[in-house]
Amino acid sequence: MASDRPDPDRLLAEVQAEEAAQRRGHLRIYFGASAGVGKTFAMLAAARQLRDSGTAVVAGVVETHGRRETEALLDGIEVLPRRTVTVNGRSMNEFDLDAALARRPSLLLVDELAHTNLPGSRHSKRWQDVEELLAAGIDVYTTLNVQHLESLNDVVGGITGIRVWETVPDTFFDTADEVLVVDIPADELLARLAAGKVYVPEQIERAARNFFRKGNLMALRELALRRTADRIEDDVQAYRVKQAIEPVWKTEASLLCGVGPHPGGEGVIRNAARLASQLGVDWMAVYVETPRLQRLPAVAREGILRTLKLAQEMGARTAVLSGADPAVVLVDYARSHNCSKLVLGRTRTKPWLPFLPSLISRVGALAEDLDVVAVGQATTSQLAAPQSMIEDPDDASAKGRKRWRAYSWTALAVTTVALAATPLLPHLELANIVMMFLLVVVLVGVRLGRGPAVLASFLSVAVFDFFFVPPRFSFAVSDVQYVLTFAVMLAVALVIGNLTSGLRYQAKIASTREDRSRAVSEFARELSGLLETQQVIEVATRFIEAQFRGRATILVPDAQDRLDGTAVTRIEGADEGTARWVLDNAQPAGLGTDTLAGSRCLYLPLRAPMRNRGVLILKPQSRHVLLVPEQRRQLETFAYLTAISLERVHYVEVAQQALLRMESERLRNSLLSALSHDLRTPLASLVGIAESLSHSQPPLSAPQQESATQLATQAQRLASLVENLLEMARIETGETTLRRRWHVIEEVIGSAIKSARPALGNRPVEVSIARDTPLVEIDAVLIERVLYNLLENAGKYTPAGTQVRISAEPDGSSLRVAVNDRGPGVQKGQEDVIFEKFTRGVGRESSTPGVGLGLAIARAIVEAHGGRIFVASVPEGGASFVFTLPLGNPPAGPDEVEAESLPQATGGIAA
Amino acid sequence: MTAPPLTALIVEDDAPIRRFVRMALETERWNVVESATLRQGLIDAGTQKPDLVILDLGLPDGDGVDLLRDLRGWSTVPVIVLSARADEQDKIAALDAGADDYLTKPFSTGELLARVRANVRRAGTPSHHETRIFRFGDVEVDQEARVVRKGQVEVHLSPTEYRLLAFLVSNAGKVLTHRQILQHVWGPGYLDRDHYVRIHMSHLRQKLEADPAQPRYLLTETAVGYRLVEESTEPN
Repeated sequence: MASDRPDPDRLLAEVQAEEAAQRRGHLRIYFGASAGVGKTFAMLAAARQLRDSGTAVVAGVVETHGRRETEALLDGIEVLPRRTVTVNGRSMNEFDLDAALARRPSLLLVDELAHTNLPGSRHSKRWQDVEELLAAGIDVYTTLNVQHLESLNDVVGGITGIRVWETVPDTFFDTADEVLVVDIPADELLARLAAGKVYVPEQIERAARNFFRKGNLMALRELALRRTADRIEDDVQAYRVKQAIEPVWKTEASLLCGVGPHPGGEGVIRNAARLASQLGVDWMAVYVETPRLQRLPAVAREGILRTLKLAQEMGARTAVLSGADPAVVLVDYARSHNCSKLVLGRTRTKPWLPFLPSLISRVGALAEDLDVVAVGQATTSQLAAPQSMIEDPDDASAKGRKRWRAYSWTALAVTTVALAATPLLPHLELANIVMMFLLVVVLVGVRLGRGPAVLASFLSVAVFDFFFVPPRFSFAVSDVQYVLTFAVMLAVALVIGNLTSGLRYQAKIASTREDRSRAVSEFARELSGLLETQQVIEVATRFIEAQFRGRATILVPDAQDRLDGTAVTRIEGADEGTARWVLDNAQPAGLGTDTLAGSRCLYLPLRAPMRNRGVLILKPQSRHVLLVPEQRRQLETFAYLTAISLERVHYVEVAQQALLRMESERLRNSLLSALSHDLRTPLASLVGIAESLSHSQPPLSAPQQESATQLATQAQRLASLVENLLEMARIETGETTLRRRWHVIEEVIGSAIKSARPALGNRPVEVSIARDTPLVEIDAVLIERVLYNLLENAGKYTPAGTQVRISAEPDGSSLRVAVNDRGPGVQKGQEDVIFEKFTRGVGRESSTPGVGLGLAIARAIVEAHGGRIFVASVPEGGASFVFTLPLGNPPAGPDEVEAESLPQATGGIAA
Repeated sequence: MTAPPLTALIVEDDAPIRRFVRMALETERWNVVESATLRQGLIDAGTQKPDLVILDLGLPDGDGVDLLRDLRGWSTVPVIVLSARADEQDKIAALDAGADDYLTKPFSTGELLARVRANVRRAGTPSHHETRIFRFGDVEVDQEARVVRKGQVEVHLSPTEYRLLAFLVSNAGKVLTHRQILQHVWGPGYLDRDHYVRIHMSHLRQKLEADPAQPRYLLTETAVGYRLVEESTEPN
C-alpha cells in the first residue's frame, strides 16, 4: 500500500531540517496577547531554573519596566552590558549583538523580539539579531506580543485603532522551536493595570487607555490563542508525517495573489499569507504591469514593489508580469503555475463607469474553475519607504531633463508641419492638412511616447485652428462644422497616440525581457568553458558590471578561508568586514536588504550546493537598478551561476590534485614495498641460514658454534634496523593511513611484550591496567610498535634483571600508558631531544646498538593518533615514557550480559 | 620415529630461503620438494601429495593466494604462508583463503619448526575436538560435558565465551582471523564487529590465563586474529 509510506522527499527534508536544527540554537518565544501579561516574568523564572541546574544563562536585554518582582528575578543572572549609540546627539542604549556572540552563553535572554534597532546597528530589527544568535548555535528565550506579528498587524490595528510599526515576520515566528503562551484573563490584566503593575509610559498613556479596553483585550487574547493553535496544528502535522500515523498529503496546488496599484495592497498580501498558511500551501504574489500602470508616478510604483518585497518576506514567490489586460495575464499565470486559488483586493467600481466590470468579475468570467477570493482593502496607508529606497535626486533630475527634451521635440515637430503646410494651403483641402497633423501625432507617439503624443494632439488642434481654419490667425471659428472636425481630430489623435505609445511600450518591455534572458544564457555559456577561479571572477565581474551599470567585485576565500582584502578596494566604500559577515552568514547585506541598508553597495553571498563560494559586491550607479524584483532576481541568478562555476572549478582542481596524489602515493607505495621485499628476502635467508648452521649435523665445534650464534644475532639486529628504517620512511612520506579499530589495550600490551621478549631478556615485566579502562580506537599494529620500541629501549639501557612496569589508566578524555624502568633514567635536558630522529640516549661511540629511530617512530605514531608522548619524572628513579591516546565513544559491546563479575584488575609478574 | 617420512612442499622463488627451510625441515626427517613458481607449485601439490605446504605469497608468476584458493578446492593439507610484506591485510587475505598459519620474513628456524609441528599434529588428529578432553596449561576443556576447569576448579563461562573457546580449541594451533571467528561464533551479520571478539577474548583471558596481560595460550596475532596454543611458547 503505497499510500502508507511517507514520501521519501518529505522524510529527507525532515532529516535535513533536523540536522540544521542541531547546529542551530533553540528558540523559545513567550507569546502574549498584550503588554503586562507577564511574559518577561515567565521567561526569567524559567531562566533561573535552568541557571540553578548549571546552564550558563546570560541576559542580553531584559526590560523590567521597573516592576519589582521582575527585577528580583533578574538578580543573580549575568547581564550583558549594553552598547551606547548616539542618535541626534542623544546617547541611547542598544543590545550588543557582538558582545553576545563573543560571550557565547548556552542561553541568552533577549526581551521584546519586535524591537526596531537604532540606526547604525548591523540589523534593522532585533529578530534579525536573534536569527544570527541562533545561527551561531546560541539558545535564545524571547518575548513577543500578538500585535507585533506581521500577518496579524493590520487585524490588531483594526481592532484597537492603534497601528504598531514594529513587526516580526510570521516565517520567523513559525520556525521557533517552542512557543509558550503567557495568558491571563482580561479582567485580571485590567486589575493589574489599575494596581499600577503594568508599565505605561506617560506620553502614550491616553492611547494606552484606549488600548486596554476589555473588548480589545479579549479580542487580542483570542487572536493570540488562535495563532498559537494554528502553530500547534502545524506541529501536529509535522509529527504525523514523522510518525507516519496518517498520511497527510499537501495538495500541490498553490495560491496566487494579485497586487494592484491601490493603497492597502499590504492588507491583501497579509490576508493571502494567512490563507496560504491555513491551507498549508505555497503561495505566489504577482504584479501585472499594464501600460497604464507603467505611467504611475515613481512613488506609487515603488509602493507596489515594496508590497511585493513584503510578500517575499512573508514567504511568497514574487514576479512582475506585463500585459494589457490584468485579468487575462493573471488567469494565464495561475493556470501555468497550477494555482487553484486567486486572492485579489476588492476595488470600488468607478462611479462614472458603472457598467465597466471589475477585475474580479472579469477573472471570474475568464476562468470559472478558479476560486477567486476577494479581500476588502484596508484603508491604512502604504508602507513607509525606507531611506535607501527613495529615489536618487540625480536620477530624478536626469529623467526630468529627458522628458523636457521630448516635449520640446514635439512642439518642434508640430511647428514644422505647420510651416510645411502653410505654402500648401491654397492647393490642399483642409481635410488633407488634418491628415498631415495626424501623421505627426502618430510619429510622436511612436518615437517619444504617450505624454508627447497627447501634447501633439492638443497642439495640432490648436495650430490647425489658429493657422489654417478661417478666420486664420484666430481661435475663432467661422463654420460650426469645424468644431466637429476638431473634436474628431482630437479624439483620433489621442486614440492613435495612445495605441502607438502602448505598442512602443510593449515592444520595449519585450526587448528588455529578451535582453535579460539573453544575458543569462550568454553568461552561463561564457562561464561553462572556464577552468580557473580567476577566469570565472573576471568574466563574472565584467558581465555583472555591464548588466547592472556599476562597479562589481567578487571575493573568494582562499584555502585558509581568508578573503582577499585587495579585491575590496576595487570598489569605493566597500567594506571587508561586511563581506566576511555575508560569507559566514550566507545572507545578503547592504543596499536594498535589511542588513546595513545604509550602505551604497549590495553584498550577495555566492551560494553553491556544497558551500558558500564567495561574496559578490555590487555598487550600482543608480540605486533604482536593484529595486525592480526582476532585476534583483537577475542579479541573484548571476550570483548563483557564478557560485556554481566557482564550485565546479574548485572540484576540477580537487579532482586533479586527488589524481596526482593517488599517482604519487601509488609510486611511493610500490617503491616502499619493493624495497621492503628486496631487503627482507636476503635478510630472511641470512637469519635462517645462520640459525640452521648452529643446528647442523654433525654439531659444530665451540668456536664455530660461537660464530654461528654471532652471525644469527647480528643478522637479527640488521633486520630490526631495516624494519625501523622502512617504518620511518613510511611515516616520513606523511601518508601513513591508520587502520583504527576498537581495541582492548591489555591485548596490545601483551603482544608488544611477547614480541619484545628477546630484546628484554630476563627483565620481568609487570603490567597494571585500571579496571575501568575502556576500548580505544587505535591502529593496533602501530601502537604495538610504539610499545615494542619503548620496551626495546628499556632492554637496551637498563641493567639485566631490573623490572619494567607498564601501566594504563584513563586520564580525563585520554588513555595514559606509561612504561617505567629502573635504569639510569633520561639525562636532564635530553627529555625532548631523544624523540628526534637519529638521536640516541648515549654517546655516539656507545656499544649499545641502534641508530636512534625507535623513539622518533613512537612519537610519529602517537601523534598521528592525536596523542602525546613525553618523558615523565619518576621520584623513585629510572625512566618513565608516557604516551596518551584520545578516548572516543566506544561502540556498544556484545548484548550478552555477563552474569558474573569479572576478576579484579589484572596484575602479575612474568619473567 | 618409525613412521614413514612426511613430504613438505616449499613454493618460494628465493633459492637461499628454499635452501635453509629445506635444511631446517630435513633435521626433522622431512622429505622436501621445492618449487620456484606458482605453476610448478600447483603441479607439485597435485602430484607429490605433500603433508605440508610452505607458500611464499610474492611469486614471480602470480599471487600465492591464488594458488591457495585453487589448492583448497581439493585439499585440506596444512599451509603455512611466508610473507615479506608487513601489511596485515595480505596475511588476513591468505588466512581467509584457507591458510593455516603465517610467518613474516625474517623468521627464525626455531619458530618455523614449532609452527610446522603444531599444524601437522592438528591435521593428523582431525576429530579430537569432538571426543577428547582438551588441555592447555592447567586448563581442561571437556567438550562432551561442556565444562571448563582450571586447576580442577570449574570455571563458569557465558555461552558466547564457551562457543569462542570451543572454536579456538577445535582449531588449536591455527591462526583464526577476526572474520572467521565472527562468522562462526556470532554469525555472518556481525562481520564488522571485531571488537566483540576482543572483548570476549579479554574475558576468556581473565578467567583462564595466569596473567591476562601476558597470555601464554590464548595468543593475539595483532590486527590479524587469534591462536590457541597447547604448549606455551614463552621461554620460561
